[in-house]
Amino acid sequence: MDFGPHLMLATLEGAVIAAILVLTAMGLSIVFGVMRVVNVAHGEFYMLGAVLAWFVTSFLGGHPAIGFVAAILIAPLLVGLIAAAADQLVLKHIDYDPDRTIVGTIGILFIIQQTTLMTFGPEARPVAAPFNQRLALPWFEFTDNGFEMFWPWGLSITSYKLFVIAAALTVLVALWLFLTRTRIGLIMRATQQDSETAQAFGVPVGLVYSCVFGLGAALAALGAVLVVPIQQAHYLMGADPLLLSFIVVIIGGLGSLPGTVIAAILIGMSDGIISVFFSPTLAKIIATFLVAMVLVFRPQGLLGRTST
Amino acid sequence: MLEVKNIHSGYGPVQVLFGVSLSVNASEILCLLGRNGAGKTTIMKSIMGLVPITRGSVSLEGQPLHSLPTHRVPRMGVGYIPQGRRLFPELTVSENIEMGLMVRNEGADTRDWVLDLFPRLKDRLRQQAGTLSGGEQQMLATARALCVRPKVLLLDEPTEGLQPSMIEQIRQVVVRMKQEGIAIVLVEQRVDAVLSIADKVTFVENGKDVQTIGAADLRDDPELLRSRLGV
Repeated sequence: MDFGPHLMLATLEGAVIAAILVLTAMGLSIVFGVMRVVNVAHGEFYMLGAVLAWFVTSFLGGHPAIGFVAAILIAPLLVGLIAAAADQLVLKHIDYDPDRTIVGTIGILFIIQQTTLMTFGPEARPVAAPFNQRLALPWFEFTDNGFEMFWPWGLSITSYKLFVIAAALTVLVALWLFLTRTRIGLIMRATQQDSETAQAFGVPVGLVYSCVFGLGAALAALGAVLVVPIQQAHYLMGADPLLLSFIVVIIGGLGSLPGTVIAAILIGMSDGIISVFFSPTLAKIIATFLVAMVLVFRPQGLLGRTST
Repeated sequence: MLEVKNIHSGYGPVQVLFGVSLSVNASEILCLLGRNGAGKTTIMKSIMGLVPITRGSVSLEGQPLHSLPTHRVPRMGVGYIPQGRRLFPELTVSENIEMGLMVRNEGADTRDWVLDLFPRLKDRLRQQAGTLSGGEQQMLATARALCVRPKVLLLDEPTEGLQPSMIEQIRQVVVRMKQEGIAIVLVEQRVDAVLSIADKVTFVENGKDVQTIGAADLRDDPELLRSRLGV
């Protein structure tokens, strides 16, 4: 394949990775922004989303689309509820202390991971995509005969991958509308900026925290449900998204949602492109190197604000 | 109306208040005076439930406040203007007001009433609160608290760092709220600004209320100010 079509293919693969990453990192960013909690268990909520998607689809059977629709509704909701319960049972009792919440969420990580191992088992299990047509993509080039369109062999994408990109965009827009246009969103933003004053204006901060923790986990689970027809559900699958989400959130600026989106696109795309042309390991090395550079030269992240 | 009886409170192991009692009635302005670190702001926070009370009681119209969860206190009708304004800086003016309105489900009429009190805010509704000038921020903090339609208004150093014309405007609003029947507790450093509008003055020293006196009596006895505050 020529370089042009090859790059286009890599870009599309990168866009799929970015789409999933943006949802997962957004969850992490919202939780940190509002609660100042570094949620080390975030990757496990992602994994739990994928595993629950497998349970739901294999329980329902029938056409893959039925199971998938059910999974995309049920899995994020269930994971959100589990996270909210974890918040009430653990984080609330350690007063959201920054150091102790890290240790606390590490504990949650192991509990979820090992419980999954005991119930779901160590196998990787596939979930069928609801639809999966291969779409050949055209390429345009100036040749001796002028502007020509042709169909390079191997330049294609599946309809499901396009759906993933579109779904992530939709969720992102919905999330933005939720945060900026609804009362609950307003309360969340107010709590993020000054939780004490929010309390003095009738905001039940404890309840808001549980909702935010649940929302963050649900976003990760949603990303996982979308990815599980491409990858497979496995009890250790949470580690990679956790690392990448942290990379994204640090580069974007802790707690800055626009920064998170930009960084997720940047990291997702470069991960996809570098993985296709070189190797996935090099992609991770470069991403980690980027984090180091950001921490040295712009510790608050791309769009983060320095605290005053 | 607001009754504070012998409250003890503090931050974790550090106790700040050692038995403070005060009371304020409807249409009355009570001013708390005292040196820095005497516990004035802690009294306000204890009333709001932001600092836990270990002993004593706070009640509003006979209803206990100290046993409520913190977020329920403002819903009983307590409006709070914290020290340093504490606006939600990245929310717009309009959203800050909305936060106030939500406390007791107030609607458009309260919003209009508050915006009529502070017409300057009308032109800035879509601006981020953090970008307002100091005076406008104080207006917004006051407006936000009034959106609660409070029975009691707690003002913690509302004139701190403001130009005289702004101070005058805030003062007028406070007097007007008094006329509307609100009970007002005011913490203020500027004694001259206080004496002209207060009805009662409570001196706070080392976490205790040491003396409560009518403002008129205090005006007649400037020597008392010197002995209590050293001014």
